[in-house]
Amino acid sequence: MTDTLATKAAQLATNPKGVLGAAADDYSDGMSYLNNLPRRLVTLYLPLSIILLVLLFPFYWMALTSIKPDAQLLDLDTYSPFWTWNPTFKHIYKLLFETEYPVWLWNTMLVATCATAISIVASVLAAYAIVRLRYRGAQWVGGAIFLAYLVPPSILFIPLSTVVFQYGLFDTPFALILTYPTILIPFSTWLLMGYFKTIPFELEECALIDGASRWQILVRIVLPLAIPGLISAFIFCFTLCWNEFIYALTFISSTQYKTVPVAIVTALVDGDIYRWGSLMAGAMIGSLPLVILYAFFVEHYVSAMTGAVKE
Amino acid sequence: MTIAIDQKRAPTAFREATTWDQLKTNRNWLAIWFMLPAAAFLILFLAYPLGLGVWLSFTDARIGRSGIFVGLENYEWLWDDSTFWLSVFNTLLYTSVASIIKFAVGLYLALLLNERLPFKAIIRALVLVPFIVPTVLSAIAFWWLFDPQFSIISWSLRKMGLITENINFLGDIWNARWSVIFANIWRGVPFVAITLLAGLQTVSPSLYEAATIDGATNWQRFRYITYPLLTPIIAVVMTFSVLFTFTDFQLIWVMTRGGPVNATHLMATLSYQRAILGGQLGEGAAISTAMIPFLLCAILVSWFGLQRRKWQQGGDND
Repeated sequence: MTDTLATKAAQLATNPKGVLGAAADDYSDGMSYLNNLPRRLVTLYLPLSIILLVLLFPFYWMALTSIKPDAQLLDLDTYSPFWTWNPTFKHIYKLLFETEYPVWLWNTMLVATCATAISIVASVLAAYAIVRLRYRGAQWVGGAIFLAYLVPPSILFIPLSTVVFQYGLFDTPFALILTYPTILIPFSTWLLMGYFKTIPFELEECALIDGASRWQILVRIVLPLAIPGLISAFIFCFTLCWNEFIYALTFISSTQYKTVPVAIVTALVDGDIYRWGSLMAGAMIGSLPLVILYAFFVEHYVSAMTGAVKE
Repeated sequence: MTIAIDQKRAPTAFREATTWDQLKTNRNWLAIWFMLPAAAFLILFLAYPLGLGVWLSFTDARIGRSGIFVGLENYEWLWDDSTFWLSVFNTLLYTSVASIIKFAVGLYLALLLNERLPFKAIIRALVLVPFIVPTVLSAIAFWWLFDPQFSIISWSLRKMGLITENINFLGDIWNARWSVIFANIWRGVPFVAITLLAGLQTVSPSLYEAATIDGATNWQRFRYITYPLLTPIIAVVMTFSVLFTFTDFQLIWVMTRGGPVNATHLMATLSYQRAILGGQLGEGAAISTAMIPFLLCAILVSWFGLQRRKWQQGGDND
């Protein structure tokens, strides 16, 4: 299912005009001749542009605020608030060189990468075992993993904080690297199970007859075929890590180990009335890595999201 | 009986399977090795804390001191605590209003995106951006948009002559509630829209053509073709949406910290405040545990929604 969706989405991506180029496709012009332009303007383009405007305005405002000079930031009447003719990099400079922001970015990157890598390895093994080894009780384990996906961090953080303390991980990056996989493993296992199911069983049977071990089958046959799934799982996990807040807020107390979301809220917010510029710059720079990643892998994101929901 | 064939010596030498071979090739043993890493994480950091959380809620644990069993004392205390009930009310209001609107707007947006559009891929990519950007960072942007003095929204409305004074978005009880609900909707709509769009794309256009020839109106086409075919994916998407809205923490914590006068405290933020900031681990754990029945309800509803779908489709749900 995810696979067909992904190919369909890929077709759409390579051919953004949709049907015009592919008249032979099943997606022919269909009934669109019934709609004339004025009608489409009112029923389609107008509501769509309003929704898009609302969805994207906060980002525009974030970006604009981070390059506005202080004077224009608070004086909405003298200058037009929606544009600035003298952009300044003062806020960004202040953020990068006068605060520990680069350290926080590095922490976030480190934690996200490690936690994602651990989770992907664990999930590949688990998903393969559930889908292909089909050991006794595999279905129940699959169900349990789905249930684990539904356990939200906000009911776990209190007991988990005592656990983290017991294990001596409190206030170290390991507290996050080891707890984030509990959010990521259920998700990516579930996603990869869907991908592994689409790989023909016959390929593995051939390899088994040729004397390959299970490990060789996994590494040489299944994984190369599941690369789109692995990319989806990887970037989605990475996004989830970057987005995580409550664990990082609870388990980390020293400023030098904080991740970007936590640090912005706890360390960057001070009483300064002119703080908005650097706050917005921090929010913008903090989202940039994800947005860039997203721009390159839109289709993988979509298939990760829909795949996890569909199975 | 498993017989291992050593590749290097085959085909001449067959030998009996040793215990080591059993461990390498027996399906159930292999499965244990493969499941081990995932299981270790999930048991150590998910199942154990989940149980521990329930246990903590029956103790008077504080930070730095493991508590003793006090029975239902924490729950009795919460039962008489008006702040707790206020947070339950807020959570239910927040979840129900935000989920319904997210569903309505998300479905509408999905239907719009399913139309033939120029630059469809780009528009779809833009729609998803609020979902990609970390919640905390966009919550900060909303915090600035809802600033009592310098809010651009108040300014625009004032310029248009709709209001005379700035709106106190996060300082007034009901304004604050609507503001955080709005931010939550803003953040959740892309997810709902894009997943429903994926469902919509699997609906064959010929169904609509046939219905149109039979004289179906727009509404009838939606009601009798789109909606029934989308039911399963709607059930799942809405379960996730309700679940994550109900347990939301980030948006509230960044924008209002539960204020003004606890008007936007959700159960999650209240438990954080009591357990971590106040040090009353037992009481906080009791609040968290009190969320579990609500979550179970949400999961059961979606489960039965899915079951219903399975027989509709003749058992093939994938």
